[in-house]
Amino acid sequence: MDMIKHLMETRRDSVIAFGIVIVGYVVMQALMATGNLSYTISGLMVPICAYIVMAVSLNLTVGILGELSLGHAGFMSVGAFTGIVVTTVLAGSVELPMLRLAIAMVAAALAAAVVGVIVGVPVLRLKGDYLAIVTLAFGEIIKNIVNVLYIGLDSRGLHFGLVTPRFTLEEGGKMIINGPIGVSGIDKISTFTAGFVLILITLFIILNLINSRQGRAIMAVRDNKIAADSIGISTTRYKLMAFVISAAFAGMAGTLYAMNYSTVTAAKFDFNLSILVLVFVVLGGLGNIWGSVIAAILLTALPELLRALNFNDYRMLVYAVLLIALMLFNNSNFKQRLLERRAMKQAEKEPKEVA
Amino acid sequence: MALLEVTDLGISFGGLRAVDELNMTVEQGALVGLIGPNGAGKTTVFNMLTGVYRPTDGGIRLDGENLVGKKPHEICKMGIARTFQNIRLFNKLPVLDNVKTGFHNEVTYTLPESLFHAGSYRKKEKQMDEKAMEILKVFDLDGQWDYKAANLPYGKQRKLEIARALATDPKLLLLDEPAAGMNPNETAELMETIELVRRRFQVTVLLIEHDMKLVSGICEYLYVLNFGRLLAQGTPVEVLSNPEVVTAYLGG
Repeated sequence: MDMIKHLMETRRDSVIAFGIVIVGYVVMQALMATGNLSYTISGLMVPICAYIVMAVSLNLTVGILGELSLGHAGFMSVGAFTGIVVTTVLAGSVELPMLRLAIAMVAAALAAAVVGVIVGVPVLRLKGDYLAIVTLAFGEIIKNIVNVLYIGLDSRGLHFGLVTPRFTLEEGGKMIINGPIGVSGIDKISTFTAGFVLILITLFIILNLINSRQGRAIMAVRDNKIAADSIGISTTRYKLMAFVISAAFAGMAGTLYAMNYSTVTAAKFDFNLSILVLVFVVLGGLGNIWGSVIAAILLTALPELLRALNFNDYRMLVYAVLLIALMLFNNSNFKQRLLERRAMKQAEKEPKEVA
Repeated sequence: MALLEVTDLGISFGGLRAVDELNMTVEQGALVGLIGPNGAGKTTVFNMLTGVYRPTDGGIRLDGENLVGKKPHEICKMGIARTFQNIRLFNKLPVLDNVKTGFHNEVTYTLPESLFHAGSYRKKEKQMDEKAMEILKVFDLDGQWDYKAANLPYGKQRKLEIARALATDPKLLLLDEPAAGMNPNETAELMETIELVRRRFQVTVLLIEHDMKLVSGICEYLYVLNFGRLLAQGTPVEVLSNPEVVTAYLGG
């Protein structure tokens, strides 16, 4: 039947796409192993992985659910600092760094999801610009809270302080988060492989979600809230579901990102980062998951590539011009016509079934 | 017992009394029309029946169960589905998926099953695909199952909305001006479709309509609203020969 053929094709397409990601990983891994990558580029591998996960997860909120969120970095921050605390606590008991990272990521996902629920319940009652502004404020609030957060660890356990460290650590204790100074001396256990695995998991789960009854419900809410309600879909439930899942993945990306640097401060996860990720999502295409992946890679690597090409003086200019050009192209009639022509060619190739 | 019982229903928006003391019953299996001039409050009645508005007075019962105060998605689960005067489809979703969303509470599997495409995911999705194609066939939309809903011609969009509503397996189907914007040929075709739907899906239908030909052609019983109040009720012949109704329509 026609429909089954179509389903097979979609499955084949996604197998190919996953294949390309895997090939990309193998190639980069080989280049790194043979020392063919510059120090800056290999240093970018883990951040790129984190950005991809950020972009894909934000696309769930912005593209699939259709609500503009400007505070995605806030969830990343929650995940980053949760991950740091968990890995520090587990440093003595869990030897294997990959396992420690995995546990930290699960904890980060849970923490970010909890914050996602707390923020989402009131925020998702709002619409459009209002929702965007409140999420923006949320990102700033998280940044400012972490900025005055003190967490220390000694033999008695974890100690918390807000604004001032209201605790004194025992001999041999360790200050994990030190207010505005942030975290230093992080055990850098994030690897490109860990990032790659996280990307695969993220893509697998989010693409699965989109192609399911829950995913359809989320997109139904996006396309027409009143109609979704009228066919028995609880709009608040599915808005929250998308928002929280999106937050959880941002949390994991946060852990991956933080464990790649020896020092991390709250200021790293600011409004600029939220906007950067939003740019990936919009340029990759709203609702287009693979587009987010490509945009995150290209736009992170591009400035570095331009630097390598001795374009140093003009690289940010080229970057900006390219952004504008892509944006214009994405919204142009020209692209629309290209797509239509392609669709027509495809229709010609497969003769219509005569009923 | 009647399927739908509306007693002394009323709603005010500020100082405006949009619907007042409305009494209506719809019997199981009937095809009933709700007519009246523009602004009479017909769509407001639909919005109260489906929980979009909460009535200020009166009661609504479906199969004896109270509906007042329930949320729209809960009312859908209880057995009322509707279409809209201004078409509300899921425009970016394919035609097939528009119908599949209608199965949301009919064919279910859990979130973990959908995140990992595990368990009964495949079986249930296949079941939904088949059921959706069956419904689309009834509306002659099966050839366009992969079109985006927004790209369907107007008449087909109207049909798709009915198809989606039927996917929720309703006891009562509310159609809000199904023939709006249709030419006489399309209207005639729509009348046949409504008859067919009623027989095939064993569903009771309450419809709002302006098109008198459609109303007198298929409805068994009519309620006439004017300025939010019930002006007349009865069989189409009785109602359409009622001088008060004629005056209300012609604005005498």
